[in-house]
Amino acid sequence: MKEDVVISVRNLVKKFGNFTAVDNLDFEVYKGEIFGFLGANGAGKTTAIRILSGLSLPTSGDAIVSGFSAKNQPEKIKQVIGYMCQRFSLYEDLTVRENITLYGGIYKMSRKLIKERTSELLVRLNFEMYADTLISSLPLGLKQKLAFSVAVLHDPGIVFLDEPTGGVDPVTRRQFWEMIYETSSRGITVFVTTHYMDEAEYCDRISIMNEGRIVALDTPSELRKKYDASSVEEVFVKIARPDGRIHTA
Amino acid sequence: MTATSNRGCREKQYSDRNAMLKAIESSGITKTFGNNKVLNDISFSVNEAEIFGFIGPDGAGKTTLFRIITTLLLPDEGKITIFGTDSLKGFRELRRKIGYMPGRFSLYQDLTVEENLNFYATVFGTTISENYDLISDIYSHIEPFRKRLAGQLSGGMKQKLALSCALIHKPGLLVLDEPTTGVDAVSRSEFWDMLKNLRKHNITILVSTPYMDEAMRCDRIALIQNGSLLSVDSPQKIKEGFGKRLYRIMAPDKYRLLISLRKCESVATAFPFGDSVHITFRDDEYDKSLLNHLRSEGIENIAIEETAAGIEDRFLELMETKAGNATE
Repeated sequence: MKEDVVISVRNLVKKFGNFTAVDNLDFEVYKGEIFGFLGANGAGKTTAIRILSGLSLPTSGDAIVSGFSAKNQPEKIKQVIGYMCQRFSLYEDLTVRENITLYGGIYKMSRKLIKERTSELLVRLNFEMYADTLISSLPLGLKQKLAFSVAVLHDPGIVFLDEPTGGVDPVTRRQFWEMIYETSSRGITVFVTTHYMDEAEYCDRISIMNEGRIVALDTPSELRKKYDASSVEEVFVKIARPDGRIHTA
Repeated sequence: MTATSNRGCREKQYSDRNAMLKAIESSGITKTFGNNKVLNDISFSVNEAEIFGFIGPDGAGKTTLFRIITTLLLPDEGKITIFGTDSLKGFRELRRKIGYMPGRFSLYQDLTVEENLNFYATVFGTTISENYDLISDIYSHIEPFRKRLAGQLSGGMKQKLALSCALIHKPGLLVLDEPTTGVDAVSRSEFWDMLKNLRKHNITILVSTPYMDEAMRCDRIALIQNGSLLSVDSPQKIKEGFGKRLYRIMAPDKYRLLISLRKCESVATAFPFGDSVHITFRDDEYDKSLLNHLRSEGIENIAIEETAAGIEDRFLELMETKAGNATE
């Protein structure tokens, strides 16, 4: 199974003074894949993602994201990716329609296209009655769904999601994962970071990072098999030593 | 037998309901903010020295309920008794018996670790050394950093300091609002181990979390959604309450599998669960034509097996029963 590579990370290193936050990362992510990026607090996940999304430059090595170099073309990367974090994704004091228009503008979409996408999105989410409602008065579940739709409004090649379903109720959570599946079936790569291992179970492949390195990378079922575990949570804890450190398999 | 005797047998006592003193008894708690009813007729009781969990999504009312229990907020209606004392009349007395760790880190960032702990001990008229045995398990992890400012600690260390501060006056009731949110899996697991250790000091622990998988670490749990309790019982009993036979079905293309299952008339519910889809049948009977139906839709490499329901399955089921129409 040789798929198109949309993220290619080669010998990626990031140092802050004497501290190596990202230590020689080397991996690939494919088109349309749901890729889970896991690791303990302080493992270097955030630093790596900031580089992959063009917000921070590597110290050495490079990452090619949707055809652009994180080292030389970070501004280009920002235009072709989508990003959604669990909170603060939408402006609370703007309406649903205003938020969509704002993000469309940020991604340099034409007015015509924004208009088209807005009505399309409102119908698809069954959101027409909320078009002129302030975000602050929407229930959390609806906000999350809207935030995700806005993150893929400009048809990015990749969308980065940070703990996308943390704290939502089980029904909304499932509706949300269906949206993620639908997005990935359209060929958009979904890059998920999370602390919650049950969220990781939904991913096609997952990587586990520790002390700046990737110590495990495979499908959830292969990892479970390899570590003789019944869940990804167990895999995560199993490869962790009592002192909280993870050792390489 | 009283709950205070024979600490070694603590575990055994949980099952013996009649012998137990109630740490908390709540009846008919209701709270409204403007037009928004955030708590609706909340009644439950918590046994002494048990770990009692409130499991529910953001906005379910967990924090509001905890503020009422900790006497920081007044309910519109209803009554709470803590260790036999009415929370309205006896709030001064109760505050000495309650340790509260809010969801947001709220210690003094510009004081050191040790200064924070000293401050909380002094406020409650005690000293660190007096109750050191209670916190040693937790505090020993951060003691090497006692001269460091609290604002400069890592997330895991802040959590341990906050827990130490909530415990320093030896409270009978410890109330923890989402203590594990934003904490990685290894630290979360350690945190739950610490809570379990605290039981031997005869401390009743009330804890909230939006994460269903943490329910199994509690002695009893209450599922809460939109300000109402859906169910209160031991995690095992809650799981067993799932009414139908549950099957998990897998195929490489999860999204198409899900869409096809939705089209199938004999399928009552189909929800994605990690790498599989959990389904129930309308007549609660396995539909033998299902596999053929899926194959005709072009889905291959299908695996299906009966499975035991988890807390999240039961939560979904309860949400549906409660709402009739489960989607918000």
